[in-house]
Amino acid sequence: MLTITHFLTLGAILFCLSVAGIFLNRKNVIILLMCIELMLLAVNMNFVTFSRFLDNLDGQVFVFFILTVAAAEAAIGLAILVVLFRNRETINVAELDDLKG
Amino acid sequence: MNELPLQEMVFYLFSFVMLASAIMVVTVRNPVYAALFLILTFFTAAAVWMLLEAEFLAIVLVVVYVGAVMVLFLFVVMMLDINIAPLKEGFIRYLPVGLLVAFVMAAEMVMVLWGKDRAVEGMFPTPAPAEPGYSNTEAVGEWLYTQYLLPFEMAGVILLVAMVAAIMLTLRKRPGVKAQNPSNQVKVRREERIKLISMPSETSNDQRGG
Repeated sequence: MLTITHFLTLGAILFCLSVAGIFLNRKNVIILLMCIELMLLAVNMNFVTFSRFLDNLDGQVFVFFILTVAAAEAAIGLAILVVLFRNRETINVAELDDLKG
Repeated sequence: MNELPLQEMVFYLFSFVMLASAIMVVTVRNPVYAALFLILTFFTAAAVWMLLEAEFLAIVLVVVYVGAVMVLFLFVVMMLDINIAPLKEGFIRYLPVGLLVAFVMAAEMVMVLWGKDRAVEGMFPTPAPAEPGYSNTEAVGEWLYTQYLLPFEMAGVILLVAMVAAIMLTLRKRPGVKAQNPSNQVKVRREERIKLISMPSETSNDQRGG
């Protein structure tokens, strides 16, 4: 029988994979954005799981809103990326040091 | 008989594909392949959500993510002419620390879940499957349009703001492009386009005679 442990473990492993992805691909902004999407997916997985096992629809409504915000974030992030590439001809994070932070 | 076979087989199959494609997303060299593997991850995640009886969200995940967001990703990745080689620098260097952090985090979370003879399962027993007439879409819709009406409308505003922001960010004036200016076109008045002049009328005889 499928228990809550199965689904929560799946979400946890997925989240850790995306964290590792952020470490490994710290030069490439596009892959970083994709890793953030993976993280949101892992979080959504936990929301859906608890919604099912608590028999409460609030979790699913939250996932709906997270999807909305994630779509908005992806659209604006990619727009910034396009403008960045147009001005600098690169998306390498190491070369984006104009702010001297 | 235990109901292990089908549901568990489906779960393990899709989780395996999901985790494998997630690993490919973070390790593959070409961003286009990464985007395609991300699509596969979302598809399999939608299948797992079906197992959790969240049918509406599973379809939304496929339609919104695979259909819109990932196509946007692919479009941008293919439009930009990226030199991949320098972007992969440091992959090997950061591999040990990345794996270490991920492994420690995963071990901690798994220990919470699997420790003490999986006490979490005792707190959240598996509920019975929904009865045949139950519609998840209907239930979520009812919830969205009553309890969560205001947040739902705010989500719409967020999408509108995101759309305006994305267009404004990428809009640019190119020199040498002849484009209409709708504002000037609307503002134009009759006097600027039509000039009435008075001239004496001519008879038809004059015209024929040339």
